[in-house]
Amino acid sequence: MSGILPYLIFPLASLGGMGLVFGIVLAYASKKFEVQVDQKEVEVRNALPGANCGACGYPGCDGFAHAALMGDAPIDGCKVGGPSVAKKVGAIIGVRTDVSSKKMVAFVKCNGTRKNASEKYKYFGIDDCRSAVQYQEGSKDCRFGCLGLGTCEKLCPFDAIHVNGDGIAIVDEGKCTGCGICVDACPKNIIELVDAESKTRVICSNIHRGKDVRPVCTVGCIGCKACERACNYDAIHVINDLAKIDYEKCTSCMACVEKCPTDSIYPFKSSLIANKTNV
Amino acid sequence: MLTKLILILISSILVNNFVLVRFLGECPFLGVSKKIETALGMGIAVTFVMTIASAFAYIVYNMILVPLGLSYLETIAFILVIASLVQFVEMVIKKSSPALHQALGIYLPLITTNCAVLGVALLNVQENYNFIEAVVNGFGSAVGFTLAIVLYAGIRERLELAPISKVLEGFPIALIGAGLMSIAFLGFQGLI
Repeated sequence: MSGILPYLIFPLASLGGMGLVFGIVLAYASKKFEVQVDQKEVEVRNALPGANCGACGYPGCDGFAHAALMGDAPIDGCKVGGPSVAKKVGAIIGVRTDVSSKKMVAFVKCNGTRKNASEKYKYFGIDDCRSAVQYQEGSKDCRFGCLGLGTCEKLCPFDAIHVNGDGIAIVDEGKCTGCGICVDACPKNIIELVDAESKTRVICSNIHRGKDVRPVCTVGCIGCKACERACNYDAIHVINDLAKIDYEKCTSCMACVEKCPTDSIYPFKSSLIANKTNV
Repeated sequence: MLTKLILILISSILVNNFVLVRFLGECPFLGVSKKIETALGMGIAVTFVMTIASAFAYIVYNMILVPLGLSYLETIAFILVIASLVQFVEMVIKKSSPALHQALGIYLPLITTNCAVLGVALLNVQENYNFIEAVVNGFGSAVGFTLAIVLYAGIRERLELAPISKVLEGFPIALIGAGLMSIAFLGFQGLI
């Protein structure tokens, strides 16, 4: 018995001792380097499933909790948790969860008409965007440009989206029901459901840097942040070199529209001036 | 003495690059290499952890394990040391640089179980390095990791903009890029 005792005690004592010492150091450090976290963020974090799957687009549940509290992420952004988690998160943050009661309409985030955007080649194939996109991602130099072949127009059951003479799909918001068929059908993923009440919208989907956008399109968002500076309500931000409006904060004051050097926020400057002269 | 240290440094950075020659630490290499900034942040975190881990692992091995005749416990002891260290580093970074902490996100805890960090500690033992040599080897290996990940992030940033055929988009082309980089690093084999 006494023969094997050292073989048991030394490993146990040394590893256990090391664990104890490190544990004490870490416990001390966690107090010393403690960062005050918003109590709400902890609550949101606890309401989430905790799978850290990243399906929401944020690095783990902590990232989503932070973003949701800051208002960057939608409260129903957690795909795993579904509506029940969204309701809990909403209750903690103090946002109503029935987002669906708003009327949503489709909006094509591109103004790259034949005049504004350059083309790589002339496309003479099957008259469908999904086919055209197979050839070097479509004929436009801009990878996020509307191809204007009308896949959305053909699929829309409500006759609410049409390709105009300039080769850009435009939504008739009176007829649009927000069903989202065109959103799913668009191979360029540039149609988005937006609140029908919203007046100002970024009409570009190009997430490339300004120097890569300028040569391919004259009305593309170059991420210059002029709109961010112009906004008095902290409602518009350039994320991934593309401006994005937070409709919780936007007051439709049109300050960003006036300052945008490339006219890539809808409604366009020209229509603003027309309105002003009318008044 | 100095010659040997320089040799260890060059060997660990270029000739035996952890990521591209030894194929250790691939997880952060692929995971955090989408942007040069985050790649650099990750590289700095790994450099910090690996250098200190080499020192601590050396102390634990030679002060505790060898005198007690427990060198067979090296793996579990090193895991314990590294895990505690990473926790500690995370706390310090969270306090001192929230921006870096956010950029590293979920990847910082991944260093805990990173084979590169454990690998350098075990290699130091295997090569019979003394304390200074072990620290230099740890530092050099981490610099090699940083070099590889930053170069790779540069390539991936360009790939984002390049027109790539559908089948190769995303990870396939990234892995091809990593393979080509590994071939390029083969060129350093005759250096020492």
